[in-house]
Amino acid sequence: MNATSCNTAVLAQQRLQPDICRLTVAWAPSAGGHIPHAGQFFMLRAWPADQPPLLARPISVHDFDPATGALTFLYQIKGQGTTQLAALQPGDTLSLTGPCGNGFDAAALAAEVAGDALPPRKIAVVGGGIGVAPLLLLCRELAAAGVKPDLFAGYRDTPYALESFVGCCNQIYLATDSGVAGYHGLITGVLHPAQYARVLTCGPMVMMRGVYALCAEQNTPCLASLEGKMACGLGACLGCTCHTKIGPKTVCKEGPVFDAGEVFAE
Amino acid sequence: MSDLRVPFLGLEMAGPVVAASGTFGFGPEYQDIEDLRLLGGISGKGLTLAGQPGNRGERLLETPAGLMNSIGLQNPGVQHFIDHELPAMRALGTTVWANLGGHSIEDYCTGAAMLSGTAVDIIELNISCPNVKQGGLAYGVRAADAAEVVEKVRAVSTKPLVVKLSPQAESIADICKAVEGAGADAISLCNTFQACAVDIEKRRPVFDNIFAGLSGPAVRPIALRMVWQAVGAVNIPVVGLGGITTGADALQFIMAGATAVQVGTANFIDPTACVRITKEIAQWMDAHGVANLAEVRGCAR
Repeated sequence: MNATSCNTAVLAQQRLQPDICRLTVAWAPSAGGHIPHAGQFFMLRAWPADQPPLLARPISVHDFDPATGALTFLYQIKGQGTTQLAALQPGDTLSLTGPCGNGFDAAALAAEVAGDALPPRKIAVVGGGIGVAPLLLLCRELAAAGVKPDLFAGYRDTPYALESFVGCCNQIYLATDSGVAGYHGLITGVLHPAQYARVLTCGPMVMMRGVYALCAEQNTPCLASLEGKMACGLGACLGCTCHTKIGPKTVCKEGPVFDAGEVFAE
Repeated sequence: MSDLRVPFLGLEMAGPVVAASGTFGFGPEYQDIEDLRLLGGISGKGLTLAGQPGNRGERLLETPAGLMNSIGLQNPGVQHFIDHELPAMRALGTTVWANLGGHSIEDYCTGAAMLSGTAVDIIELNISCPNVKQGGLAYGVRAADAAEVVEKVRAVSTKPLVVKLSPQAESIADICKAVEGAGADAISLCNTFQACAVDIEKRRPVFDNIFAGLSGPAVRPIALRMVWQAVGAVNIPVVGLGGITTGADALQFIMAGATAVQVGTANFIDPTACVRITKEIAQWMDAHGVANLAEVRGCAR
């Protein structure tokens, strides 16, 4: 399924924390766009072609409602591009290219786990910081496919966006570096991969590396969603290449979701 | 109604805009985004004989109105391209340009001979990649070196041969004349401009190779100057590229004498850029009563 490109309207913009925003736009599959799935992303541009920054910004899909076409992004304001995205108001226009990438196949994962000969037959979804963003649609799709996952969410400080996960997750485990909420420490301190048939993760590389290491000890299969600096989002520029055990792979097209062992194994 | 067709090296291109190598994959990446049949052609990702994984470290950096890249000719190799990418590229309904880089004259010749037996329309000989130690730029600086590789490739290739030149050439006019004399059917220029950036927090260059290639609107006026010089130096067609992002930009290159243009970095600003630029050219032609680009090609000279 290939990406398409169009201009669309902002439906809502909400600031959850000083640097965390939730942006909802209209995305109409009926107009030729494909339905986005968990782990996929869009290239967003909300500024004219002759204004900086030069490139659109890749932002993961946080949520999508096929009934209304409401497409939601949860993102952190980091630089010039995301600052301009955060200035968008309802009714403003932005350009979208997507859905891009090879996300999580929630239906297949749920079927695999349900078909396991032995327990645990459970899935853990592990997010760190803004890496929780793509996990909401993942949890929704897993729940719809019959396996409500457990969510493990780690934050540096005050958590955000967790309320959305309540209905589509079994248990929610929380950890913060600062200790303001949940377990005081890293999320890997509360994750026990032996209790899960699959672990799916998105967050800082150092966190995902730690999650993978725990999974590897228990032989629990682990999938990781990566981030990369990219120009096109379509597999054309090769700017986001990740050097994996099975060769160079584009984060944007062959990823962003990879078998964690291919990326992190020594 | 304007006629956008461009006769080029015995082919008929549907329009004057060709997607530039390294910015368009092998084409299928863009097929649901724009109508690729409106393009003059697609120049695929630069190939090397055996393929290579590309560079480590940072590969992209945005600059004011530009983009630095250090991809390092990541590609699957000529045979893999012929077996796996070419069939899909051929089916896109536009001319197929195979961009070929090399590590040695022998590599160039072997690759060109392999491509000559396939359905590619044009071989674009890349003697201008700045991002690998022997990415071809070794042959793109001095006119005599360029002539040697072009002459040897010409002898083993039956396809139309476009030679893609670097702005790092010692003399644009001299190298253009040299590759024309060596049998090039056309020239495309220019590839990226060698550039540098330093990460002041890490206190070292951003790119592992220290230098990277700069493209985008920032380089356009310099590229246009070089295209102007190239057109003045040779009698073979010149394909102009460098920072073209609008129909007006493309028309500047055509009025300077370019037969066609390539669009690269603009594909990253707007994934519909090639078709949009083509339509902007057509709108300008309609508004000015220009029926065919031949009426304005080189008119500014």
